[in-house]
Amino acid sequence: MSDMMDDMDEGGEGVVKKFMFVNRKAPHGTIYALEGLEVVLISAAFDQDVSMVFVDDGVYELIKGVNTKGIEVKDFSKTYRALEGYDIEKLYVEKASMDARGLTEDDLIVDVTVLDSAEMANLMAEQDVVISY
Amino acid sequence: MLHIVNKSATERNSLESALRMATKGSAVLLIEDAVYAATQGSVAAAKIKSAMADVQIYALGPDLDARGMSSRVLDGVKVVDYGGFVDLVTEHNSCQSWL
Repeated sequence: MSDMMDDMDEGGEGVVKKFMFVNRKAPHGTIYALEGLEVVLISAAFDQDVSMVFVDDGVYELIKGVNTKGIEVKDFSKTYRALEGYDIEKLYVEKASMDARGLTEDDLIVDVTVLDSAEMANLMAEQDVVISY
Repeated sequence: MLHIVNKSATERNSLESALRMATKGSAVLLIEDAVYAATQGSVAAAKIKSAMADVQIYALGPDLDARGMSSRVLDGVKVVDYGGFVDLVTEHNSCQSWL
């Protein structure tokens, strides 16, 4: 982080690292999904190369047709649509995780790139920083 | 006995334990992240289906709505609202929350 600040002070372009945020939790049962999303939005301010990944129960975060009135919590599913406006456009979903939950791309609120597990593993391996929720 | 499960079946083994301990004629209520198990195509759906022979499965409607899962509920699972949740608690002699 101090390197990043130094680069900014010098007025240079700064070091761009590959950041991956891995989402593995369903949206409302725990606070992880919402907090993870907030951190991704904050990360957008640092002009880094950000990827967002949805595996395991994390794929449930992207389901369409959510109505949270009954449980009286914030519906943050629409915020995933706003990511594009923050130049966070690399969204990846693991196919095996969708299959295990009977879901397809049509069930998701945003456009994503669907990867098989090997492709996901490679993408993960090439990151500088991986942060998991 | 009413068994209440609130954890995702694809993350924890609470549902599996609850179903293993649920005797014939008892009820299992799925709330919060547990409701995903009662949806079509989920790997956990098979466990719910086989359990339905002996126990009645309920799922909390507001939790299904909040997760975009209301239209995917398995046949045979009864969806209840908060009032129905209270009724289930009063109708059974005891409750077990599988946290």
